[in-house]
Amino acid sequence: MNIVVLVKQVPDTATERKLSAADSTLDRASADGVINELDEYAIEEGLRLKEAHGGEVTILTMGPDQASDSIRKALSMGADKAVHLVDDALHGSDAVQTSYALAQVLKKIGFDLAVLGSESTDARTGVLAAALAERLGVPQLSLASKVEIDGSTVRIQRITDYGYDRVEGSLPAVLSVVEKINEPRYPSFKGIMAAKKKPVEKLSLADAGIDPALVGLAGATTQVVDFADAPPREAGTVVKDEGDGGAKLAEFLAAKKFV
Amino acid sequence: MANTADTPGRAGTASPLELLAVDHLLTDEEREIQATVRRFVDERIRPGVAGWFEAGTFPRELAEEFGSLGLLGMHLEGYGCAGVGAVAYGLACMELEAGDSGARSFASVQGSLAMYAIWRWGSEEQKNRWLPGMAAGELIGCFGLTEPDFGSNPAGMRTRARRDGDGWVLDGTKMWITNGSIADLAVVWARTDDGVRGFVVPTDAPGFSAPKIDRKLSLRASVTSELVLESVRVGEDALLPEARGLRGPLSCLNQARFGIVFGALGAARDCLETAIRYAADREVFDRPLASFQLTQAKLADMALELQKGFLLAMHLGRLKEAGRLDPRQVSLGKLNNVREAIVIARECRTILGANGVTLEYPVLRHANNLESVLTYEGTSEVHSLVIGQALTGHAAFA
Ligand SMILES: Cc1cc2nc3c(=O)[nH]c(=O)nc-3n(C[C@H](O)[C@H](O)[C@H](O)COP(=O)(O)OP(=O)(O)OC[C@H]3O[C@@H](n4cnc5c(N)ncnc54)[C@H](O)[C@@H]3O)c2cc1C
Repeated sequence: MNIVVLVKQVPDTATERKLSAADSTLDRASADGVINELDEYAIEEGLRLKEAHGGEVTILTMGPDQASDSIRKALSMGADKAVHLVDDALHGSDAVQTSYALAQVLKKIGFDLAVLGSESTDARTGVLAAALAERLGVPQLSLASKVEIDGSTVRIQRITDYGYDRVEGSLPAVLSVVEKINEPRYPSFKGIMAAKKKPVEKLSLADAGIDPALVGLAGATTQVVDFADAPPREAGTVVKDEGDGGAKLAEFLAAKKFV
Repeated sequence: MANTADTPGRAGTASPLELLAVDHLLTDEEREIQATVRRFVDERIRPGVAGWFEAGTFPRELAEEFGSLGLLGMHLEGYGCAGVGAVAYGLACMELEAGDSGARSFASVQGSLAMYAIWRWGSEEQKNRWLPGMAAGELIGCFGLTEPDFGSNPAGMRTRARRDGDGWVLDGTKMWITNGSIADLAVVWARTDDGVRGFVVPTDAPGFSAPKIDRKLSLRASVTSELVLESVRVGEDALLPEARGLRGPLSCLNQARFGIVFGALGAARDCLETAIRYAADREVFDRPLASFQLTQAKLADMALELQKGFLLAMHLGRLKEAGRLDPRQVSLGKLNNVREAIVIARECRTILGANGVTLEYPVLRHANNLESVLTYEGTSEVHSLVIGQALTGHAAFA
């Protein structure tokens, strides 16, 4: 089975993240890049499906040069090879444009199953899986907490407020996963050492058959109009217990409609 | 985050090693191996270690987790081992020991003592039989050299192996043996008519027992045992064919000792990071403890020694990778880095005041552990004598 896992490099959520004043896009130089956390679950699921059914796991990343760090990390977890879509003209692409660019690459490299994390920690649009499935004309199995493959049928469980949905579709398909699905492995030392020797194919817009007019900040369908720093946190309320601490706490909670 | 000298981190967030930007000395792979072990330690060791220390245990289940990461015999080639370079091995030891010296000891004894002995001195059959399971953490090994009456002077050992038909019979007692009670196999060094030889003894052999040594005040998150061999019969295939004389066990110690040169710094770094954070939060006389000159002088001196120690360790690591490391240089590294680490741990303890004497914070646990590290793998006194001999030409051991 030809499994493609889409991996995005995002700024480390543990560090302070900034937008650049010049064009309101993410300032990627200001924070360390890491693999989007949910994508680690997608990689793990891709590897498990390969271990169970055979085939190959390819990492697909769209992003600037520095994203190669995240690609290497994904390869060190055990993926076989990677495709890196990297082109300055992609800078500032929004979710709609990104789905176009990645769909073009997926068409070019072919896939049985494209696996994604259900959203990224930076943009948090959560629409990529749906947009890709639509553009590629294949079923979308979203927010999976469990996956089974049986011949050309994919079955997933999706946790809901009332229990879970069981959804099935046929390959090729797009699959998005949630944290519940597995426990991502640590890269092993052997994996880390092998990663350097694994093939990483770099594609430009032209290589992937992407129309430059349909990507990039200038033609984006959505636009960041304005942004501001989050207001500093206000000092908390200190309740001094003078025999009536319990009552004061209850009052506070009631005032905030917590109880 | 890599902080450089002109963008120092905020108090309580900068790692003391980042001041020198030592990251630049590492390859991408080395950085990744270090980051992986650090994350493993944060997630799998730190949450439980105070409890293990208190209970005096090391959870055997961790062995397989160590194995799947590649931590066991990581610097060996083949037989399921990862085959990483000396610096990567050192960094892994450093991160493990930042968790606890017991965790690092587990990996050192398994990889550098027991596995290395078989890898370096064993037959092809012995390597194939034992090493893959040991690399995976399915089989645990221990290394029995020290005896109750012979520690620094192993040449005096009394444990004997005598030929008996087509095999050997071993008699004797080994003492202070890490992993002894949880081991599946013991590499035992014994006197024979043919000098000191090494044997791979399955721990379920009749006559073999390994009672645990209790009431330790140091390295509590590690199992330390006595090995008792009462007419233990093993086949000819238990003998490590290539090792003759004390060179056999000493070559293994040299591997493990190299890991300690890095490892001890991990414990020291963890203490210093804890002390910096604590000093930033703790208010005394209405000001943060970190804002007092006396505190800053302590922190500065400790950061200085930590970074010097790291540069020394890196230098030895690169020499080892070039195949040019002399055992006397390892003595120098072990003597300095363990000695400084223990000074740092104790000084950090003072910054934490009474909190410093509890298991809520890692510092006294590290300081106590380092007492063992100072003594095993060659006591600091013995390493001083090695260096003294290198400088003067006079051996002052006996
Ligand atoms: C927690 C722990 C785990 C251990 N794990 C293992 C293990 O897995 N396998 C193993 O084989 N051993 C192990 N050891 C044993 C360790 O290697 C020995 O304790 C060490 O070699 C010192 O031996 P000793 O304790 O007999 O001290 P001794 O040799 O009796 O030394 C006592 C003191 O005398 C000093 N001294 C000795 N000779 C001289 C000299 N010539 N000049 C000046 N001073 C000298 C020493 O430096 C020391 O200060 C472990 C020890 C500990 C504490």
